[in-house]
Amino acid sequence: MQLDVLVRELGLKVHCAGRNLGREVTGGYVGDLLSDVMANSKEGDIWITRQVHQNIVAVASLKDLAGIVLIHSCEPAPDTAAKAEAEGIPILVTDLPAFEIVGRIYALIHP
Amino acid sequence: MAEALNFEKAFDVEGGNFQNAGNVSGQIKGILKELGVSTDIVRRVAIICYESEINIVSYAKRGTITLSVTDEAVKIESKDEGPGIADIEMAMQEGYSTASAAVREMGFGAGMGLANMKKYSDHLIITSELGVGTCVKMTVMNFQKMLHPDLPPFTL
Repeated sequence: MQLDVLVRELGLKVHCAGRNLGREVTGGYVGDLLSDVMANSKEGDIWITRQVHQNIVAVASLKDLAGIVLIHSCEPAPDTAAKAEAEGIPILVTDLPAFEIVGRIYALIHP
Repeated sequence: MAEALNFEKAFDVEGGNFQNAGNVSGQIKGILKELGVSTDIVRRVAIICYESEINIVSYAKRGTITLSVTDEAVKIESKDEGPGIADIEMAMQEGYSTASAAVREMGFGAGMGLANMKKYSDHLIITSELGVGTCVKMTVMNFQKMLHPDLPPFTL
């Protein structure tokens, strides 16, 4: 499923790298521990987190993740947004808590 | 027969600089892709390299990460000027960490770094001296090339 379908269906706010919403989402990973995400997420995953500092961009880029969803209306820090824009990593924002957004994303990916 | 691969490059990492954390790992990933290293090996090296980089940034004054690539293996050596590790066996245990609250707040320091470095490499050696620094040498083997020597390097 393409990222822009998730954006449309779930009303996600596109914060950075809107040019890359054509990316294919093949799965997902949830976590705030960067080592956990680094070790266990897979290429094409959408990453759901509440971390907003710029190291999330490095992790998403190194792991070729499809994009990052920030929960609870968390805004990316300014340097995070700049880095995500430069590296083309889409950052999307939802007002929902992790449990709610993960359930909805899962249902869309695995109908 | 293709010429044997023999690539080496060292990268400086600045302690305490979380702004640039991950940059060296990104550069190394790019080099490996350019050299045609297989996706699975690139993925594993990216993990051990990122953890090495975060360890230097989190604990040390400065450090160097050296990448070397041959047909048989990718090696990462992470050498830092830092506090050293008092009990290496303890430090290797998943969940054990001496990270500061500030580092943990960012989602690091969960005690997974060294454990991941061991898990995703085929061989790992740590030497450390208190007050001097730590050196971690990791190897990711290209077993396909060893089993099938006639294969061109890394085109699996």
